[in-house]
Amino acid sequence: MATLNILVAVCLIYVIFLFVVAFAAEREARRGKGGWLRSPLVYTLSLSIYCTAWTFYGAVGYAARSGLEYLTIYIGPSLVMIGWWWILRKLVRIGRAQRATSIADLISSRYGKSNLLAVGVTILAVIGTTPYIALQLQSVTLSFAVFSDAGSTFEALADQESTALLVAMGLALFTILFGTRNLDVNERHHGVVMAIAVEAIVKLFALLAVGVFVVWGVGGGLSETLDKIDASKIGMWEMRGDRWASLIFLSAAAFLCLPRMFQVMVVENDDESHLRTASWAFPAYIMVMSLFVVPIAVVGLDLLPEGSNPDLFVLTLPLATGNEGLAMLSFLGGFSSATSMVIVAALALSTMVSNHIVMPIWLTATGGGATVSGDVRNVVILARRFSIAGVVFLGFLYFQLSGGGTALASIGLVSFAGVAQFLPVLLGGVFWRGATRNGAFAGLTVGFMVWAYCLMLPSFGPGVLIPETVMEHGIFGIDWLRPYALFGIEGMDPLVHAVLWSISLNSVVFFLASLIGFPTPLERLQGAQFVNVYEHTENLQSWSGSFAQSEDLMVMSQRILGAREAQILFESEAQRQGVGGYLPEPSPDFLLVLERELSGSVGAATAHAMIGQIVGGASVSVEDLMAVADETAQMMEYSSRLEAKSEEQSRTARQLRQANEKLTEISVQKDAFLSQVSHELRTPMTSIRAFSEILRDSERLSEVEKVKYSSIIHDEALRLTRLLDDLLDLSVLENGQVNLNVQTGDLGALLDHALASALTGAGSEGFTVRRDQAKEAVALNTDLDRLSQVFINLIANARKYCDAEAPALTIRVVQNGASVLVDFVDNGSGISKKDQAVIFEKFARVGEMKAGGAGLGLAICREIMARLGGSVNYLPGQGGAAFRVIVPRTLRKAAE
Amino acid sequence: MSKRQSSVFLQRRNYRRRRLVDLIRMMPVIGALLWAVPLLWPTGEDGGVTTSKALVYVFLVWFGLVVVTALLSRLALTAQVDENLKDG
Repeated sequence: MATLNILVAVCLIYVIFLFVVAFAAEREARRGKGGWLRSPLVYTLSLSIYCTAWTFYGAVGYAARSGLEYLTIYIGPSLVMIGWWWILRKLVRIGRAQRATSIADLISSRYGKSNLLAVGVTILAVIGTTPYIALQLQSVTLSFAVFSDAGSTFEALADQESTALLVAMGLALFTILFGTRNLDVNERHHGVVMAIAVEAIVKLFALLAVGVFVVWGVGGGLSETLDKIDASKIGMWEMRGDRWASLIFLSAAAFLCLPRMFQVMVVENDDESHLRTASWAFPAYIMVMSLFVVPIAVVGLDLLPEGSNPDLFVLTLPLATGNEGLAMLSFLGGFSSATSMVIVAALALSTMVSNHIVMPIWLTATGGGATVSGDVRNVVILARRFSIAGVVFLGFLYFQLSGGGTALASIGLVSFAGVAQFLPVLLGGVFWRGATRNGAFAGLTVGFMVWAYCLMLPSFGPGVLIPETVMEHGIFGIDWLRPYALFGIEGMDPLVHAVLWSISLNSVVFFLASLIGFPTPLERLQGAQFVNVYEHTENLQSWSGSFAQSEDLMVMSQRILGAREAQILFESEAQRQGVGGYLPEPSPDFLLVLERELSGSVGAATAHAMIGQIVGGASVSVEDLMAVADETAQMMEYSSRLEAKSEEQSRTARQLRQANEKLTEISVQKDAFLSQVSHELRTPMTSIRAFSEILRDSERLSEVEKVKYSSIIHDEALRLTRLLDDLLDLSVLENGQVNLNVQTGDLGALLDHALASALTGAGSEGFTVRRDQAKEAVALNTDLDRLSQVFINLIANARKYCDAEAPALTIRVVQNGASVLVDFVDNGSGISKKDQAVIFEKFARVGEMKAGGAGLGLAICREIMARLGGSVNYLPGQGGAAFRVIVPRTLRKAAE
Repeated sequence: MSKRQSSVFLQRRNYRRRRLVDLIRMMPVIGALLWAVPLLWPTGEDGGVTTSKALVYVFLVWFGLVVVTALLSRLALTAQVDENLKDG
C-alpha cells in the first residue's frame, strides 16, 4: 500500500507549507508591516509549545495508565497563567527591561551578570532538555512506525533510527534557517513564532477532530462515552494526593523555567499587554487540548487489542476504524507538536550555548574584545547554528542510547523536575533583593545533584547507571542516602520524593548561602533593578494613554529645566503639533528634542535614562549607570576647571579693586592738587591785582612808592612764572616726555656749581658747607643739568629750612658699585616722622612757615632722579634733615 | 518617576480599580483551592467518586476560571488599571 509514501508526501508538503508561512512572516516583519504578527492571539498560540508530542500522544497514554493524573500537567500552567499578575507580568517586564535573551541570561544578569552562573544554567538546561528532544524524535518515529506497520510489512523497525535521524536533520535545518536568519537585538523571530502558531492550530484541530470522532463517531455520544469511562479500568478516582499536589506544583514550576517556554513567553514577547489576553486564552487552549484525552484513552482501551501502546491511541484508533484521512490529520498534529517543540527548544538552548559558552571561549581564544566588534555578528550566528545542530544531535543521541523504550510521560516528568530546579533562584532573584550569586550557585548545585541522584539516574532502570546495591543500601552503604528514601523516609512515591527533596534542599541552601555571603555592587544594583522593576520602567503601551506620559515628562522637565522654560518648550511643541494646551503628544521627534534639552542640563546619558524611564523601552541598565558615572566624572573635571577659572577671576577682581582704590586715591590727589594750584596761583595774583589797582587809581604816589609797588608786582609775577615753570617741569617729567641731555662730567664740579647757584643772595652768610673734595672726584655720565637741579633744590631747602643757630650742611659722597650716593645732611631739627611721608608729594611744605616755594621742589627732584635711573630719599637718624641721592654713574638706556 | 504621592483615601474609581486588581491576584489562589478539592475525595473500597464526575468537576472549574479571568482582564482594560500598581 502507498500509505507510507502518501504520509511522507504529506509531511513534506506540510513542512514546505511551514517554510512558506515562516518566510512570509519574516518578510512582513522586515517590511515593518504585519501588525497581526504581533497580536495577542499569535502570542497565546505560540505559548502552546508547552503542548508537545508528550501532550499529543503521551497524555492519552498517561490517562490510560494513571487515570486523571495527566490533568496535573495542564492545571499547573493554567494556574500560573491565571496568576499572571504575580509572576509572569514581572518576569516579562524584567525580561524586556534587561533585554534578556534566555533564562540563563536573565539569571546571570540578576546575579551580577555572572557568566559562570550562566554557563551552569545553560549546562543544566541542556541536560534537562535533551531527554525531551529525544522524546519528540521518539514520538515522530513511533508514529511513522505505526503507519508502516499498518500499511506495509517490508518497512522494518530497524529503519526507526534512520527516520529519527532524518527528522532531526530536518528540524535542525528549519531552526537554523529561521532561527538564525538575523541577529536581532531583541532576539525575536517572527517567522518561527508564526510557524509554531500555525502548528498550534493544527495540533489543536487534529486532537479535537480525533476526540469528536471518538466521542460521537465511535463512542456513540456524550453520555454513552461518560458511562464507558466509568465502566473502564480507570473508572474510579484513585488519585494519590501527594502526587496530585506535587505534580501540579512541578508543572507550574516547569512552565516558568523551561528554556523554550521562557523563549516564547518573555523573549519573543512583543507587548506586555498580550499577557492579559493569554492569561485566559492559554488556559482555555490547554483545557480544550486535554478535554478529549480520557475519552480517547477509554475508547482505545476498549476497542484496541490488549497490549497495544496507549501512547499511540490517537493514531491507532482512527487507523483501526479505517479512517485513514483522520489518521493522517492526527499524524500531522503529532508531527506539529514534536517539531514546534524541538525548533523552539533548539533555538532557546542554542542562544544560551552560543552566548554563554561558545562566545566567551571564542573571545578569549582570539584575544578579542572591543577590537573585533565588526565581525562578531557573523561569529555569533555561526556559533548559534552549530549549537542548534549540536543540541538536536544530542537529543538524537539520547534517543538512540535510551532505545526509545520508556513511556513518554516518565521521561517528560524527569525533565520537568530537572528544569524546575531553576525556580528558587528565579523567584528569589525576582522578589528578594538579598539573593546572591553564591547562594544561587550553591542552591542550583545542590538541587541538581539531588535531582540527578534521586530521579534522573535511577530513571534509566535499576542497575544501569546506579548499581542495585546503591539503590538498596544507599551510596557507600549509608542507609539514609538511598536514592528513593533519602534520610531514611521510605514509602514515598519516587517522583514526589525527588521533587520534594531537590526543591526544598535547593531553596534552603540558596537562602542560607545568600544570607551568609555579601553581594558585589553589580549584584546589588541588578537586584534592585529586578525586584523594583515597576519603579524603574514604564510599560511601552500604558493603559492610561499617552497624555499621562506627557504629564510625567512635563513634571520631570520642570524639575530639571525650570517651570517657565519647560512650559514654554512644551507649549511651543504642542502648537507645532496642532494640539491645544501645554501637553503635546510624546512623538519621537518631541522626545528627541526634549532629550537634547535635558541633556544640556543633566548630561546625555542621564537624560536618555530619564526619558527612557518615563517613555519605556530602554530602562536604566548598568551601562546607563556607568555612562552616568562617566559623565559625572567629566562634570567634576569641568567644575574643577571652572573653579580654577573662578579663582583666577577673583584674583583679577582683587587686582581691579586695588586699581580702583588707587584710582580713587589719585583722583582725590588730583583734586587736592588742583585746589593747591589754584591757591598757589591766587595768592600772587591777588597781590598783583591789588598793587596794580593802587598804581592805576592813586594819583599822588611818590616815585619811591611807585617803584616799591612795581617791584612787588614784578616779584609776584616772577613767583608765578616760577610756579608755572615748576608745574610744567613736573608734568613733563611725570609724563616721561623729558629729553635727557646726557653729558660726562665730574661730581665735584657739579656740586661746586650747585652750591654757587643755591647760596647766592641774602641769608647765605653764616651757612657752612662741609665737603670732602677728594671723594667727590667721580666721573658721571648722565644729564648733568637735571642732576644739578636736584642738588640745587636740596641745598636751597637746607638753607631755607635749617633752624640751627649756626646752620651747616654736610655733603658726603660714597661710591657704591655702579652708583654714587650723595648725602645732604644739615644740623637742623630735621623733619618729623609724619612729614617724612609726604615731603615728596606735590605742594607738600613742612610747617607752612616760609613762603617762596610752591612745594613742588622735592616732587620734581624725585621725578628727575627716577628719570636718571636713581632715587632721592629721606635719610632718617642723621641728627638733622638728611637726603640721600643715588645716581648711577652711567645712565643706562633702560632707565629712559 | 513613578513614585506617586499616596493619600490615605483614594477616589472611588481608584478604590474600585485596586479591588479589581486584588481579585485578579486572588484568581490563582481560588483556582488552586478548587483544584485541591479532589484531595478530599475518598478513594479505595468505600465508594468514592467516578472518573466521569471528577472529569466534569475539574473541567467545570477550569471553564469557570477561564471565563472569570477573561472578564476580569476585560474589566481591567476598560477600568484602565495602572500596570505599575504595586501592593495596595
